[in-house]
Amino acid sequence: MHELSIALGIVEIAEKEVLKAGASKVELIELEIGKLSGVEIEALNFAWPQATEGSVLETAEKKIYVIKGVAECLDCNIKFDIENIYDSCPKCNGYLKNIIQGKELRVKALTVD
Amino acid sequence: MCTTCGCGVTDEISIKLPGENLSGAVKNMQIEISNHHEHEHGHHHDHSHEKTVIELEQDILHANKMLAERNRGYFLAKNIFAINLVSSPGSGKTSLLEKTLSDLKNEIDFYVIEGDQQTMNDADRIDALKVPVVQINTGKACHLDSDMVNKAILKLNPSQDSIVMIENVGNLVCPAAFDLGENARAVIISTTEGDDKPIKYPDMFADSDVCIINKIDLLPYVNFDVSKAKDYALRVNPKLIFFEISVTTGEGTDKWYEWLKSNVKK
Ligand SMILES: Nc1nc2c(ncn2[C@@H]2O[C@H](COP(=O)(O)OP(=O)(O)OP(=O)(O)O)[C@@H](O)[C@H]2O)c(=O)[nH]1
Ligand SMILES: [Mg+2]
Ligand SMILES: [Zn+2]
Ligand SMILES: [Zn+2]
Ligand SMILES: [Zn+2]
Repeated sequence: MHELSIALGIVEIAEKEVLKAGASKVELIELEIGKLSGVEIEALNFAWPQATEGSVLETAEKKIYVIKGVAECLDCNIKFDIENIYDSCPKCNGYLKNIIQGKELRVKALTVD
Repeated sequence: MCTTCGCGVTDEISIKLPGENLSGAVKNMQIEISNHHEHEHGHHHDHSHEKTVIELEQDILHANKMLAERNRGYFLAKNIFAINLVSSPGSGKTSLLEKTLSDLKNEIDFYVIEGDQQTMNDADRIDALKVPVVQINTGKACHLDSDMVNKAILKLNPSQDSIVMIENVGNLVCPAAFDLGENARAVIISTTEGDDKPIKYPDMFADSDVCIINKIDLLPYVNFDVSKAKDYALRVNPKLIFFEISVTTGEGTDKWYEWLKSNVKK
């Protein structure tokens, strides 16, 4: 996927925050990645060293919180866990649903020094 | 590096009109898009070393989304209908554009943005039809983003009440995450690909409005079940509108043209 672009986006966010805080580097970065976000964590880990080289994130510890997928059926209104975007409602077997969780792609927090 | 498509750093992007080349003075006309890694670090080392936790909760794609909204605003202000065409390499994006432009260019004003990693080939094919086109070469990046499209639009200066066709980089994975500010996304699959594409690459189908099944002239020779492909696609996205088309024979293009015309509101 486009995980390198995503990693570079994270670097940009971190650089901005470190500058704002008058810090010099990031010790810990916490990310929230939804299972349905289209980002493969393995690929992100693979892209990480190249993306963060020479940046405030180069030596940072990275913690990833994986967020499971949850959908709400538009026909029977029940909420259910989904593994895939195309999973159907366990009650009515319908596919019309709102995905209410699992698409997150967020920098949750930074510990700067 | 991207494990699926091997994409790398996005620092060699160029946006060019047909005929513009890489050498000499013209080189200055290229727009450098991305300058990752060029940040200056204003470090202050005189503070006491206390750790600070910054609770951010920031969307990583926020910057792309903001610029996509700006593009959408541009299209709205000029009453432009913009379509983001996505597919695997070779499904027929450029062929469909060529056919559509030749058949409709006297009725509708078209503008085209071509996205490929390398070459001006697709832009040259559009230029041959005398339709305004800008080529974005993304270098190692495997998708267009809203910043590239923003710069391309400014270069193209599309007119009021026109259609802007954006041909994304041939890739069924990466472009899915990047909103370009388009009004509609159209995903193309061709009958030479598997009919299970929609569930193998669900992200692309989830965010599309239209699904074009191309190369239906080849159905007698390939093992592709159209109803199965549609069924899979509808599981991912029950709101998809389908067009079954052969660009080669022209079969099915009439419905696609009707849909396009219905979206240009004069
Ligand atoms: N038989 C048949 N071939 C087609 C049809 N449409 C396109 N092709 C052929 O498919 C090949 C690829 O078409 P392109 O239009 O270049 O595909 P593309 O999606 O733009 O490819 P990239 O830009 O490389 O991602 C060409 O050889 C076309 O002639 C069709 O309806 N039927
Ligand atoms: Mg093409
Ligand atoms: Zn990718
Ligand atoms: Zn239900
Ligand atoms: Zn890629």
